Amino acid sequence: MSAEQSPKIVIVDESPIRAAILEEGLREAGFTQVVHISEMQSLLARIYAVDPDIILIDLENPSRDVLEAMFQVSRAVRRPIAMFVDQSDSASIQASVEAGVSAYIVDGLKKERIKPILDLCVSRFNAFAKLQEELERTKSQLEDRKVIERAKGILMRVKGLTEDEAYVLLRSTAMREKKKIGEIAQSIITASEMLK
Amino acid sequence: MTATLRIGFIPLVDAAALIVAVDKGFAAAEGLDVELVREVSWSNVRDKLNIGLFDAAHLLAPVAIASSLGLGHVKVPIAAPFNLGINGNAITVSPALHAALMEQIDGDRFDPMATAKALAKVVAIRRKAGAEPLTFGMTFPFSTHNYQLRFWMAAAGVDPDEDVRLVVLPPPYMVDSLKNGHVDAFCVGAPWNSIAVDLGIGHILHFVSDILVRAAEKVLAVRQTWADKNPDVVAALVRAAVKAAEFIEHPENRTEAAQILAQPERIGVDAEVIQRTLTGRLKISPDGTFRESGRYLLVGREGAGRPDPTQAAWLYAQMVRWGQTALTPDGVKTAMAVFRPDLYDAALGNRAPEQAPAAFGAFAGPVFDPDNIRGHLEAFEVGRWKT
Repeated sequence: MSAEQSPKIVIVDESPIRAAILEEGLREAGFTQVVHISEMQSLLARIYAVDPDIILIDLENPSRDVLEAMFQVSRAVRRPIAMFVDQSDSASIQASVEAGVSAYIVDGLKKERIKPILDLCVSRFNAFAKLQEELERTKSQLEDRKVIERAKGILMRVKGLTEDEAYVLLRSTAMREKKKIGEIAQSIITASEMLK
Repeated sequence: MTATLRIGFIPLVDAAALIVAVDKGFAAAEGLDVELVREVSWSNVRDKLNIGLFDAAHLLAPVAIASSLGLGHVKVPIAAPFNLGINGNAITVSPALHAALMEQIDGDRFDPMATAKALAKVVAIRRKAGAEPLTFGMTFPFSTHNYQLRFWMAAAGVDPDEDVRLVVLPPPYMVDSLKNGHVDAFCVGAPWNSIAVDLGIGHILHFVSDILVRAAEKVLAVRQTWADKNPDVVAALVRAAVKAAEFIEHPENRTEAAQILAQPERIGVDAEVIQRTLTGRLKISPDGTFRESGRYLLVGREGAGRPDPTQAAWLYAQMVRWGQTALTPDGVKTAMAVFRPDLYDAALGNRAPEQAPAAFGAFAGPVFDPDNIRGHLEAFEVGRWKT
Protein backbone atom coordinates (compact mmCIF):
# COMPACT_ATOMS: atom_id res chain seq x y z
CA MET A 1 0.00 0.00 0.00
CA SER A 2 1.22 3.45 -0.83
CA ALA A 3 0.44 6.55 1.18
CA GLU A 4 -3.02 5.41 2.14
CA GLN A 5 -3.33 2.92 4.95
CA SER A 6 -4.54 -0.56 4.14
CA PRO A 7 -8.31 -0.80 4.68
CA LYS A 8 -9.64 -3.12 7.34
CA ILE A 9 -11.35 -6.04 5.59
CA VAL A 10 -13.65 -8.59 7.17
CA ILE A 11 -14.35 -11.85 5.34
CA VAL A 12 -17.64 -13.47 6.38
CA ASP A 13 -17.55 -17.04 5.17
CA GLU A 14 -18.53 -20.36 6.67
CA SER A 15 -16.08 -22.20 4.42
CA PRO A 16 -12.63 -22.08 6.02
CA ILE A 17 -10.89 -23.14 2.79
CA ARG A 18 -12.43 -20.40 0.69
CA ALA A 19 -11.78 -17.83 3.39
CA ALA A 20 -8.14 -18.92 3.56
CA ILE A 21 -7.74 -18.65 -0.21
CA LEU A 22 -9.27 -15.19 -0.11
CA GLU A 23 -7.24 -14.03 2.84
CA GLU A 24 -4.00 -15.22 1.29
CA GLY A 25 -4.79 -13.40 -1.95
CA LEU A 26 -5.59 -10.18 -0.17
CA ARG A 27 -2.40 -10.35 1.88
CA GLU A 28 -0.32 -11.05 -1.21
CA ALA A 29 -1.88 -7.98 -2.78
CA GLY A 30 -0.72 -5.94 0.18
CA PHE A 31 -3.88 -5.69 2.26
CA THR A 32 -2.52 -6.27 5.71
CA GLN A 33 -5.64 -5.98 7.85
CA VAL A 34 -7.80 -8.98 7.04
CA VAL A 35 -10.06 -10.72 9.56
CA HIS A 36 -12.08 -13.88 8.93
CA ILE A 37 -15.40 -14.42 10.73
CA SER A 38 -16.98 -17.86 10.37
CA GLU A 39 -19.19 -17.82 13.46
CA MET A 40 -22.67 -16.69 12.40
CA GLN A 41 -24.23 -16.55 15.86
CA SER A 42 -22.31 -13.56 17.13
CA LEU A 43 -21.77 -12.04 13.70
CA LEU A 44 -22.90 -8.52 14.51
CA ALA A 45 -20.99 -8.28 17.78
CA ARG A 46 -17.79 -9.38 16.04
CA ILE A 47 -18.27 -6.94 13.19
CA TYR A 48 -18.82 -4.09 15.62
CA ALA A 49 -15.65 -5.10 17.43
CA VAL A 50 -13.54 -5.12 14.26
CA ASP A 51 -15.18 -1.99 12.80
CA PRO A 52 -14.17 -2.80 9.22
CA ASP A 53 -13.97 -0.58 6.15
CA ILE A 54 -15.10 -3.40 3.92
CA ILE A 55 -17.09 -6.56 4.52
CA LEU A 56 -16.78 -9.33 1.97
CA ILE A 57 -19.42 -11.99 2.21
CA ASP A 58 -20.38 -15.06 0.26
CA LEU A 59 -23.54 -14.21 -1.67
CA GLU A 60 -25.18 -17.46 -0.62
CA ASN A 61 -24.73 -16.71 3.06
CA PRO A 62 -28.15 -16.40 4.75
CA SER A 63 -26.74 -13.75 7.07
CA ARG A 64 -26.63 -11.21 4.27
CA ASP A 65 -30.07 -9.99 5.31
CA VAL A 66 -28.78 -9.55 8.85
CA LEU A 67 -25.93 -7.40 7.58
CA GLU A 68 -28.21 -5.28 5.45
CA ALA A 69 -30.42 -4.59 8.41
CA MET A 70 -27.35 -3.55 10.34
CA PHE A 71 -26.53 -0.96 7.71
CA GLN A 72 -29.96 0.55 8.06
CA VAL A 73 -30.21 0.81 11.80
CA SER A 74 -26.67 0.77 13.06
CA ARG A 75 -25.19 3.64 14.93
CA ALA A 76 -21.77 1.99 14.85
CA VAL A 77 -21.41 1.91 11.10
CA ARG A 78 -20.64 5.39 9.96
CA ARG A 79 -21.42 5.64 6.29
CA PRO A 80 -22.92 2.42 5.12
CA ILE A 81 -22.85 1.84 1.41
CA ALA A 82 -23.83 -1.48 0.05
CA MET A 83 -22.21 -3.08 -2.94
CA PHE A 84 -23.23 -2.23 -6.48
CA VAL A 85 -22.99 1.44 -5.62
CA ASP A 86 -21.87 2.34 -9.08
CA GLN A 87 -24.54 1.00 -11.37
CA SER A 88 -22.65 1.99 -14.50
CA ASP A 89 -20.14 -0.77 -13.94
CA SER A 90 -22.59 -3.57 -14.57
CA ALA A 91 -20.00 -6.00 -15.98
CA SER A 92 -18.01 -6.08 -12.78
CA ILE A 93 -21.19 -6.33 -10.71
CA GLN A 94 -22.30 -9.30 -12.77
CA ALA A 95 -18.90 -10.95 -12.43
CA SER A 96 -18.97 -10.54 -8.65
CA VAL A 97 -22.44 -11.96 -8.34
CA GLU A 98 -21.72 -14.88 -10.62
CA ALA A 99 -18.58 -15.73 -8.69
CA GLY A 100 -20.59 -15.56 -5.47
CA VAL A 101 -18.93 -12.65 -3.75
CA SER A 102 -20.81 -9.76 -2.30
CA ALA A 103 -19.12 -6.74 -0.79
CA TYR A 104 -20.40 -4.27 1.73
CA ILE A 105 -18.38 -1.12 1.94
CA VAL A 106 -19.09 0.38 5.29
CA ASP A 107 -16.94 3.43 5.33
CA GLY A 108 -17.38 5.27 2.06
CA LEU A 109 -14.18 4.01 0.49
CA LYS A 110 -13.53 5.40 -2.94
CA LYS A 111 -14.50 3.22 -5.85
CA GLU A 112 -10.88 3.12 -7.06
CA ARG A 113 -9.89 1.45 -3.81
CA ILE A 114 -12.61 -1.15 -3.67
CA LYS A 115 -12.31 -2.17 -7.33
CA PRO A 116 -8.98 -4.08 -7.09
CA ILE A 117 -10.18 -5.83 -3.94
CA LEU A 118 -13.36 -6.96 -5.63
CA ASP A 119 -11.51 -8.07 -8.75
CA LEU A 120 -9.16 -10.11 -6.64
CA CYS A 121 -12.05 -11.68 -4.72
CA VAL A 122 -13.82 -12.62 -7.93
CA SER A 123 -10.79 -14.44 -9.29
CA ARG A 124 -10.16 -16.13 -5.94
CA PHE A 125 -13.78 -17.20 -5.60
CA ASN A 126 -13.64 -18.62 -9.10
CA ALA A 127 -10.42 -20.46 -8.26
CA PHE A 128 -12.14 -21.91 -5.22
CA ALA A 129 -15.14 -23.02 -7.30
CA LYS A 130 -12.81 -24.83 -9.70
CA LEU A 131 -10.98 -26.47 -6.84
CA GLN A 132 -14.27 -27.58 -5.35
CA GLU A 133 -15.36 -29.06 -8.65
CA GLU A 134 -12.12 -31.02 -9.03
CA LEU A 135 -12.43 -32.28 -5.49
CA GLU A 136 -15.97 -33.48 -6.13
CA ARG A 137 -14.90 -35.23 -9.32
CA THR A 138 -11.98 -36.98 -7.65
CA LYS A 139 -14.18 -37.98 -4.76
CA SER A 140 -16.81 -39.51 -7.00
CA GLN A 141 -14.13 -41.28 -9.06
CA LEU A 142 -12.73 -42.78 -5.89
CA GLU A 143 -16.21 -43.79 -4.76
CA ASP A 144 -16.84 -45.39 -8.15
CA ARG A 145 -13.63 -47.36 -7.99
CA LYS A 146 -14.52 -48.77 -4.57
CA VAL A 147 -17.99 -49.75 -5.72
CA ILE A 148 -16.65 -51.41 -8.89
CA GLU A 149 -14.14 -53.41 -6.85
CA ARG A 150 -16.90 -54.69 -4.58
CA ALA A 151 -19.20 -55.55 -7.51
CA LYS A 152 -16.37 -57.42 -9.24
CA GLY A 153 -15.83 -59.41 -6.07
CA ILE A 154 -19.50 -60.39 -5.94
CA LEU A 155 -19.55 -61.42 -9.62
CA MET A 156 -16.35 -63.47 -9.19
CA ARG A 157 -17.78 -65.28 -6.19
CA VAL A 158 -21.32 -65.86 -7.45
CA LYS A 159 -20.61 -66.58 -11.10
CA GLY A 160 -17.12 -68.05 -10.74
CA LEU A 161 -15.54 -65.44 -13.03
CA THR A 162 -11.99 -64.17 -13.14
CA GLU A 163 -11.41 -60.52 -12.24
CA ASP A 164 -11.03 -59.55 -15.90
CA GLU A 165 -14.20 -61.39 -16.91
CA ALA A 166 -16.13 -59.70 -14.11
CA TYR A 167 -14.99 -56.29 -15.29
CA VAL A 168 -15.83 -57.05 -18.93
CA LEU A 169 -19.31 -58.15 -17.86
CA LEU A 170 -19.81 -54.92 -15.89
CA ARG A 171 -18.60 -52.81 -18.79
CA SER A 172 -20.67 -54.51 -21.47
CA THR A 173 -23.79 -54.35 -19.30
CA ALA A 174 -23.19 -50.65 -18.69
CA MET A 175 -22.83 -50.04 -22.43
CA ARG A 176 -25.95 -52.00 -23.25
CA GLU A 177 -28.02 -50.21 -20.58
CA LYS A 178 -26.47 -46.84 -21.44
CA LYS A 179 -25.44 -46.34 -17.82
CA LYS A 180 -22.20 -45.70 -15.99
CA ILE A 181 -20.18 -48.70 -14.80
CA GLY A 182 -20.45 -47.27 -11.28
CA GLU A 183 -24.24 -47.36 -11.44
CA ILE A 184 -24.33 -50.98 -12.64
CA ALA A 185 -21.84 -51.92 -9.92
CA GLN A 186 -23.99 -50.20 -7.30
CA SER A 187 -27.10 -52.08 -8.42
CA ILE A 188 -25.23 -55.39 -8.16
CA ILE A 189 -24.22 -54.54 -4.60
CA THR A 190 -27.76 -53.49 -3.72
CA ALA A 191 -29.25 -56.63 -5.25
CA SER A 192 -26.80 -58.93 -3.50
CA GLU A 193 -27.54 -57.27 -0.15
CA MET A 194 -31.27 -57.72 -0.68
CA LEU A 195 -30.79 -61.37 -1.57
CA LYS A 196 -28.71 -62.13 1.49
CA MET B 1 -44.04 -18.85 -28.03
CA THR B 2 -41.40 -20.51 -25.88
CA ALA B 3 -39.52 -18.46 -23.34
CA THR B 4 -36.83 -19.66 -20.98
CA LEU B 5 -36.95 -18.04 -17.55
CA ARG B 6 -34.93 -18.20 -14.35
CA ILE B 7 -36.96 -17.35 -11.30
CA GLY B 8 -35.67 -17.07 -7.74
CA PHE B 9 -37.66 -18.01 -4.66
CA ILE B 10 -37.28 -18.38 -0.91
CA PRO B 11 -38.54 -21.67 0.56
CA LEU B 12 -41.77 -20.38 2.11
CA VAL B 13 -45.38 -21.47 1.68
CA ASP B 14 -46.31 -18.17 0.06
CA ALA B 15 -44.20 -19.12 -2.96
CA ALA B 16 -46.93 -21.71 -3.56
CA ALA B 17 -48.48 -20.24 -6.70
CA LEU B 18 -45.07 -19.90 -8.32
CA ILE B 19 -43.86 -23.39 -7.40
CA VAL B 20 -47.13 -25.08 -8.39
CA ALA B 21 -47.23 -23.09 -11.66
CA VAL B 22 -43.91 -24.66 -12.59
CA ASP B 23 -44.12 -28.14 -11.03
CA LYS B 24 -47.72 -28.82 -12.04
CA GLY B 25 -47.09 -27.71 -15.62
CA PHE B 26 -49.20 -24.51 -15.75
CA ALA B 27 -46.12 -22.54 -16.82
CA ALA B 28 -45.20 -25.08 -19.52
CA ALA B 29 -48.78 -24.93 -20.83
CA GLU B 30 -48.25 -21.19 -21.34
CA GLY B 31 -45.07 -21.86 -23.30
CA LEU B 32 -42.71 -21.03 -20.45
CA ASP B 33 -39.65 -23.09 -19.67
CA VAL B 34 -38.95 -22.05 -16.08
CA GLU B 35 -35.98 -22.89 -13.92
CA LEU B 36 -36.81 -22.22 -10.28
CA VAL B 37 -33.79 -21.32 -8.17
CA ARG B 38 -34.01 -21.75 -4.40
CA GLU B 39 -32.37 -18.88 -2.54
CA VAL B 40 -31.26 -18.23 1.02
CA SER B 41 -31.73 -14.50 1.54
CA TRP B 42 -33.93 -11.67 0.35
CA SER B 43 -30.85 -9.59 -0.42
CA ASN B 44 -29.71 -12.31 -2.77
CA VAL B 45 -33.07 -12.63 -4.52
CA ARG B 46 -33.29 -8.87 -4.96
CA ASP B 47 -29.71 -8.49 -6.21
CA LYS B 48 -29.98 -11.33 -8.70
CA LEU B 49 -33.25 -9.91 -9.99
CA ASN B 50 -31.88 -6.39 -10.18
CA ILE B 51 -28.78 -7.26 -12.17
CA GLY B 52 -30.60 -9.62 -14.51
CA LEU B 53 -29.50 -13.05 -13.28
CA PHE B 54 -33.18 -13.70 -12.59
CA ASP B 55 -36.01 -12.76 -14.92
CA ALA B 56 -38.55 -12.80 -12.12
CA ALA B 57 -38.65 -13.48 -8.39
CA HIS B 58 -40.75 -14.31 -5.35
CA LEU B 59 -40.20 -11.11 -3.40
CA LEU B 60 -41.30 -9.39 -0.23
CA ALA B 61 -43.77 -6.73 -1.36
CA PRO B 62 -41.94 -3.98 0.58
CA VAL B 63 -38.61 -4.98 -1.03
CA ALA B 64 -40.13 -4.45 -4.48
CA ILE B 65 -41.19 -0.97 -3.37
CA ALA B 66 -37.86 -0.19 -1.66
CA SER B 67 -36.00 -1.24 -4.81
CA SER B 68 -38.13 1.09 -6.92
CA LEU B 69 -37.51 3.94 -4.48
CA GLY B 70 -33.78 3.20 -4.18
CA LEU B 71 -34.03 2.59 -0.42
CA GLY B 72 -31.39 0.51 1.28
CA HIS B 73 -29.78 -0.36 -2.00
CA VAL B 74 -29.60 0.72 -5.62
CA LYS B 75 -32.62 2.00 -7.42
CA VAL B 76 -34.07 -0.52 -9.82
CA PRO B 77 -37.74 0.00 -10.74
CA ILE B 78 -39.73 -3.16 -10.17
CA ALA B 79 -43.13 -4.18 -11.53
CA ALA B 80 -45.37 -6.59 -9.65
CA PRO B 81 -48.02 -7.99 -12.00
CA PHE B 82 -49.20 -10.70 -9.60
CA ASN B 83 -49.66 -10.81 -5.86
CA LEU B 84 -48.42 -14.18 -4.59
CA GLY B 85 -50.11 -13.97 -1.22
CA ILE B 86 -52.19 -11.97 1.22
CA ASN B 87 -51.32 -12.46 4.92
CA GLY B 88 -49.54 -15.72 5.80
CA ASN B 89 -47.34 -14.64 8.73
CA ALA B 90 -47.73 -15.31 12.41
CA ILE B 91 -46.22 -14.02 15.62
CA THR B 92 -44.73 -16.76 17.77
CA VAL B 93 -43.54 -16.19 21.34
CA SER B 94 -41.44 -18.25 23.73
CA PRO B 95 -43.28 -20.19 26.46
CA ALA B 96 -41.87 -17.76 29.03
CA LEU B 97 -43.10 -14.66 27.22
CA HIS B 98 -46.42 -16.37 26.54
CA ALA B 99 -46.89 -17.05 30.24
CA ALA B 100 -45.95 -13.45 31.12
CA LEU B 101 -48.41 -12.07 28.58
CA MET B 102 -51.24 -14.35 29.72
CA GLU B 103 -50.61 -13.24 33.29
CA GLN B 104 -51.07 -9.60 32.32
CA ILE B 105 -53.80 -9.94 29.73
CA ASP B 106 -57.14 -8.29 30.30
CA GLY B 107 -59.51 -9.56 27.63
CA ASP B 108 -59.54 -12.03 24.74
CA ARG B 109 -56.14 -13.58 24.03
CA PHE B 110 -56.80 -13.41 20.28
CA ASP B 111 -57.56 -9.69 20.41
CA PRO B 112 -54.36 -7.93 19.34
CA MET B 113 -55.20 -4.85 21.40
CA ALA B 114 -55.46 -7.00 24.52
CA THR B 115 -52.12 -8.73 23.81
CA ALA B 116 -50.42 -5.44 22.87
CA LYS B 117 -51.54 -3.89 26.17
CA ALA B 118 -50.29 -6.99 27.99
CA LEU B 119 -46.97 -6.58 26.17
CA ALA B 120 -46.78 -2.95 27.31
CA LYS B 121 -47.21 -4.12 30.89
CA VAL B 122 -44.57 -6.84 30.53
CA VAL B 123 -42.16 -4.29 29.03
CA ALA B 124 -42.76 -1.94 31.97
CA ILE B 125 -42.30 -4.72 34.54
CA ARG B 126 -39.04 -5.82 32.91
CA ARG B 127 -37.73 -2.27 32.79
CA LYS B 128 -38.49 -1.78 36.47
CA ALA B 129 -36.68 -5.02 37.28
CA GLY B 130 -33.69 -3.90 35.22
CA ALA B 131 -34.08 -6.83 32.82
CA GLU B 132 -32.85 -6.77 29.22
CA PRO B 133 -35.42 -5.51 26.72
CA LEU B 134 -37.43 -8.18 24.89
CA THR B 135 -36.02 -9.15 21.50
CA PHE B 136 -38.23 -9.78 18.47
CA GLY B 137 -36.97 -11.49 15.32
CA MET B 138 -38.19 -10.55 11.86
CA THR B 139 -37.01 -11.26 8.36
CA PHE B 140 -35.89 -8.01 6.78
CA PRO B 141 -35.99 -4.24 7.36
CA PHE B 142 -38.36 -3.89 4.40
CA SER B 143 -40.79 -6.62 5.31
CA THR B 144 -44.40 -6.95 6.34
CA HIS B 145 -43.11 -8.88 9.37
CA ASN B 146 -41.29 -5.78 10.55
CA TYR B 147 -44.31 -3.52 9.95
CA GLN B 148 -46.84 -5.96 11.42
CA LEU B 149 -44.85 -6.34 14.65
CA ARG B 150 -44.43 -2.59 14.91
CA PHE B 151 -48.06 -1.83 14.09
CA TRP B 152 -49.23 -4.26 16.75
CA MET B 153 -47.02 -3.20 19.65
CA ALA B 154 -47.18 0.53 18.89
CA ALA B 155 -50.98 0.42 19.16
CA ALA B 156 -50.54 -0.05 22.90
CA GLY B 157 -47.77 2.55 23.15
CA VAL B 158 -44.78 0.20 22.95
CA ASP B 159 -42.08 1.99 20.94
CA PRO B 160 -40.48 -0.69 18.74
CA ASP B 161 -37.20 1.24 18.55
CA GLU B 162 -36.93 2.16 22.22
CA ASP B 163 -38.81 -0.36 24.35
CA VAL B 164 -37.86 -3.61 22.63
CA ARG B 165 -35.20 -4.87 20.22
CA LEU B 166 -36.11 -5.82 16.70
CA VAL B 167 -33.51 -7.95 14.94
CA VAL B 168 -33.28 -9.47 11.48
CA LEU B 169 -32.86 -13.23 11.30
CA PRO B 170 -32.94 -15.55 8.29
CA PRO B 171 -36.21 -17.55 8.57
CA PRO B 172 -34.45 -20.92 8.98
CA TYR B 173 -32.59 -19.53 12.03
CA MET B 174 -35.73 -18.26 13.79
CA VAL B 175 -36.59 -21.48 15.57
CA ASP B 176 -33.05 -22.05 16.85
CA SER B 177 -32.84 -18.47 18.04
CA LEU B 178 -36.07 -18.84 20.00
CA LYS B 179 -34.83 -22.11 21.45
CA ASN B 180 -31.50 -20.73 22.66
CA GLY B 181 -33.02 -17.52 23.98
CA HIS B 182 -31.51 -15.11 21.42
CA VAL B 183 -35.03 -13.88 20.73
CA ASP B 184 -38.18 -13.92 22.85
CA ALA B 185 -40.54 -13.88 19.88
CA PHE B 186 -40.57 -13.65 16.11
CA CYS B 187 -42.81 -12.84 13.18
CA VAL B 188 -42.25 -15.04 10.14
CA GLY B 189 -44.09 -16.86 7.36
CA ALA B 190 -44.91 -20.54 7.22
CA PRO B 191 -43.69 -23.12 8.01
CA TRP B 192 -41.43 -21.70 10.74
CA ASN B 193 -44.13 -20.84 13.29
CA SER B 194 -45.55 -24.36 13.14
CA ILE B 195 -42.09 -25.88 13.45
CA ALA B 196 -41.49 -23.94 16.69
CA VAL B 197 -44.86 -25.11 18.06
CA ASP B 198 -44.20 -28.73 17.06
CA LEU B 199 -40.84 -28.63 18.85
CA GLY B 200 -42.62 -27.40 21.97
CA ILE B 201 -40.61 -24.16 22.17
CA GLY B 202 -43.16 -21.62 20.98
CA HIS B 203 -46.77 -20.49 21.07
CA ILE B 204 -48.40 -18.83 18.07
CA LEU B 205 -49.73 -15.65 19.65
CA HIS B 206 -51.31 -14.13 16.55
CA PHE B 207 -52.04 -14.89 12.98
CA VAL B 208 -51.18 -11.58 11.33
CA SER B 209 -54.69 -11.49 9.95
CA ASP B 210 -55.65 -10.59 13.55
CA ILE B 211 -53.67 -7.37 13.10
CA LEU B 212 -54.52 -6.54 9.49
CA VAL B 213 -57.35 -8.41 7.83
CA ARG B 214 -55.81 -8.07 4.39
CA ALA B 215 -52.15 -7.26 3.80
CA ALA B 216 -50.11 -7.87 0.65
CA GLU B 217 -47.25 -10.19 1.58
CA LYS B 218 -45.19 -11.42 -1.39
CA VAL B 219 -45.30 -10.43 -5.02
CA LEU B 220 -44.14 -11.90 -8.27
CA ALA B 221 -41.55 -9.28 -9.20
CA VAL B 222 -39.92 -8.43 -12.53
CA ARG B 223 -37.74 -5.52 -13.59
CA GLN B 224 -39.79 -2.70 -15.06
CA THR B 225 -37.55 -2.52 -18.13
CA TRP B 226 -37.83 -6.28 -18.64
CA ALA B 227 -41.63 -6.12 -18.35
CA ASP B 228 -41.70 -3.38 -20.98
CA LYS B 229 -39.66 -5.51 -23.37
CA ASN B 230 -41.46 -8.81 -22.72
CA PRO B 231 -45.17 -8.10 -22.31
CA ASP B 232 -46.18 -11.49 -23.70
CA VAL B 233 -43.93 -13.38 -21.32
CA VAL B 234 -45.21 -11.36 -18.37
CA ALA B 235 -48.79 -12.12 -19.41
CA ALA B 236 -48.04 -15.84 -19.78
CA LEU B 237 -46.37 -15.88 -16.36
CA VAL B 238 -49.36 -14.16 -14.75
CA ARG B 239 -51.79 -16.61 -16.35
CA ALA B 240 -49.73 -19.58 -15.15
CA ALA B 241 -49.66 -18.14 -11.62
CA VAL B 242 -53.40 -17.46 -11.66
CA LYS B 243 -54.12 -21.04 -12.72
CA ALA B 244 -51.78 -22.38 -10.06
CA ALA B 245 -53.44 -20.23 -7.40
CA GLU B 246 -56.88 -21.51 -8.48
CA PHE B 247 -55.56 -25.07 -8.26
CA ILE B 248 -54.16 -24.52 -4.76
CA GLU B 249 -57.36 -22.92 -3.48
CA HIS B 250 -59.52 -25.92 -4.44
CA PRO B 251 -59.90 -27.79 -1.12
CA GLU B 252 -59.57 -31.17 -2.84
CA ASN B 253 -56.19 -30.18 -4.28
CA ARG B 254 -54.62 -29.06 -1.01
CA THR B 255 -52.97 -32.39 -0.25
CA GLU B 256 -51.39 -32.57 -3.68
CA ALA B 257 -50.31 -28.92 -3.52
CA ALA B 258 -48.73 -29.50 -0.11
CA GLN B 259 -46.87 -32.53 -1.47
CA ILE B 260 -45.52 -30.51 -4.40
CA LEU B 261 -44.34 -27.78 -2.04
CA ALA B 262 -42.83 -30.27 0.40
CA GLN B 263 -40.29 -31.56 -2.16
CA PRO B 264 -36.70 -31.23 -0.86
CA GLU B 265 -35.68 -28.88 -3.68
CA ARG B 266 -38.71 -26.66 -3.01
CA ILE B 267 -39.62 -25.91 0.62
CA GLY B 268 -38.30 -29.18 1.96
CA VAL B 269 -40.42 -29.69 5.08
CA ASP B 270 -43.22 -32.09 5.97
CA ALA B 271 -46.25 -31.85 3.64
CA GLU B 272 -48.56 -32.00 6.66
CA VAL B 273 -47.03 -28.84 8.15
CA ILE B 274 -47.43 -27.02 4.83
CA GLN B 275 -51.03 -28.16 4.52
CA ARG B 276 -51.88 -26.55 7.86
CA THR B 277 -51.01 -23.14 6.40
CA LEU B 278 -52.96 -23.75 3.21
CA THR B 279 -56.07 -24.79 5.13
CA GLY B 280 -55.61 -22.15 7.83
CA ARG B 281 -55.89 -24.70 10.63
CA LEU B 282 -52.77 -24.41 12.76
CA LYS B 283 -51.54 -25.96 15.95
CA ILE B 284 -50.82 -22.91 18.09
CA SER B 285 -49.57 -24.42 21.33
CA PRO B 286 -47.30 -27.33 22.19
CA ASP B 287 -50.22 -28.83 24.18
CA GLY B 288 -52.02 -29.46 20.89
CA THR B 289 -54.45 -26.53 20.79
CA PHE B 290 -55.55 -25.80 17.23
CA ARG B 291 -56.88 -22.58 15.83
CA GLU B 292 -58.61 -22.11 12.50
CA SER B 293 -58.93 -19.03 10.35
CA GLY B 294 -60.23 -18.55 6.84
CA ARG B 295 -57.80 -15.66 6.40
CA TYR B 296 -54.49 -17.20 7.44
CA LEU B 297 -53.06 -17.16 3.92
CA LEU B 298 -54.92 -16.10 0.79
CA VAL B 299 -53.43 -17.49 -2.41
CA GLY B 300 -55.60 -16.16 -5.18
CA ARG B 301 -58.99 -16.27 -3.49
CA GLU B 302 -60.95 -13.07 -2.73
CA GLY B 303 -59.05 -11.43 -5.57
CA ALA B 304 -55.75 -11.84 -3.71
CA GLY B 305 -53.75 -12.32 -6.89
CA ARG B 306 -54.63 -8.97 -8.39
CA PRO B 307 -52.10 -6.36 -7.19
CA ASP B 308 -53.76 -3.53 -5.27
CA PRO B 309 -51.85 -0.20 -5.39
CA THR B 310 -53.54 0.88 -2.16
CA GLN B 311 -51.61 -1.94 -0.48
CA ALA B 312 -48.39 -0.52 -1.93
CA ALA B 313 -49.30 2.91 -0.55
CA TRP B 314 -49.91 1.38 2.88
CA LEU B 315 -46.50 -0.31 2.84
CA TYR B 316 -44.93 3.00 1.80
CA ALA B 317 -46.73 4.69 4.72
CA GLN B 318 -45.11 2.17 7.09
CA MET B 319 -41.67 2.98 5.66
CA VAL B 320 -42.42 6.65 6.36
CA ARG B 321 -43.85 5.96 9.82
CA TRP B 322 -40.69 4.14 10.93
CA GLY B 323 -38.23 6.58 9.46
CA GLN B 324 -37.02 4.49 6.50
CA THR B 325 -37.91 7.26 4.08
CA ALA B 326 -39.42 10.73 4.01
CA LEU B 327 -43.00 11.34 2.89
CA THR B 328 -43.12 12.85 -0.60
CA PRO B 329 -45.81 12.93 -3.27
CA ASP B 330 -43.36 11.34 -5.70
CA GLY B 331 -42.62 8.57 -3.23
CA VAL B 332 -46.29 7.63 -2.94
CA LYS B 333 -46.65 7.67 -6.71
CA THR B 334 -43.56 5.51 -7.26
CA ALA B 335 -44.63 3.02 -4.60
CA MET B 336 -48.14 2.66 -5.98
CA ALA B 337 -46.82 2.23 -9.52
CA VAL B 338 -44.99 -0.96 -8.46
CA PHE B 339 -48.26 -2.87 -8.09
CA ARG B 340 -49.59 -3.44 -11.59
CA PRO B 341 -53.25 -4.49 -11.77
CA ASP B 342 -53.16 -3.33 -15.42
CA LEU B 343 -50.65 -6.06 -16.31
CA TYR B 344 -52.71 -8.59 -14.39
CA ASP B 345 -55.90 -7.55 -16.20
CA ALA B 346 -54.17 -7.55 -19.60
CA ALA B 347 -52.90 -11.08 -19.03
CA LEU B 348 -56.40 -12.34 -18.31
CA GLY B 349 -57.88 -10.62 -21.34
CA ASN B 350 -59.16 -7.71 -19.29
CA ARG B 351 -61.85 -9.78 -17.72
CA ALA B 352 -63.66 -7.64 -15.17
CA PRO B 353 -61.69 -7.72 -11.93
CA GLU B 354 -63.27 -8.94 -8.74
CA GLN B 355 -63.76 -5.96 -6.49
CA ALA B 356 -61.00 -6.20 -3.93
CA PRO B 357 -61.81 -4.63 -0.59
CA ALA B 358 -60.00 -1.31 -0.24
CA ALA B 359 -59.79 -1.40 3.54
CA PHE B 360 -57.03 -3.21 5.38
CA GLY B 361 -59.20 -3.90 8.35
CA ALA B 362 -56.50 -2.84 10.79
CA PHE B 363 -57.33 -3.49 14.44
CA ALA B 364 -56.21 0.00 15.40
CA GLY B 365 -56.12 3.45 13.82
CA PRO B 366 -58.31 5.08 11.20
CA VAL B 367 -59.19 3.56 7.82
CA PHE B 368 -56.19 3.95 5.50
CA ASP B 369 -56.48 6.57 2.79
CA PRO B 370 -53.68 6.62 0.19
CA ASP B 371 -54.56 10.22 -0.64
CA ASN B 372 -53.94 11.35 2.90
CA ILE B 373 -50.95 9.46 4.28
CA ARG B 374 -49.89 12.39 6.42
CA GLY B 375 -53.29 12.58 8.10
CA HIS B 376 -53.25 8.83 8.59
CA LEU B 377 -49.85 8.83 10.27
CA GLU B 378 -50.75 11.79 12.48
CA ALA B 379 -53.48 9.61 14.00
CA PHE B 380 -50.83 7.33 15.53
CA GLU B 381 -49.01 8.28 18.70
CA VAL B 382 -45.91 6.17 18.19
CA GLY B 383 -43.75 6.65 15.13
CA ARG B 384 -40.63 8.41 13.95
CA TRP B 385 -41.59 9.90 10.66
CA LYS B 386 -40.13 13.06 9.33
CA THR B 387 -40.78 15.23 6.31
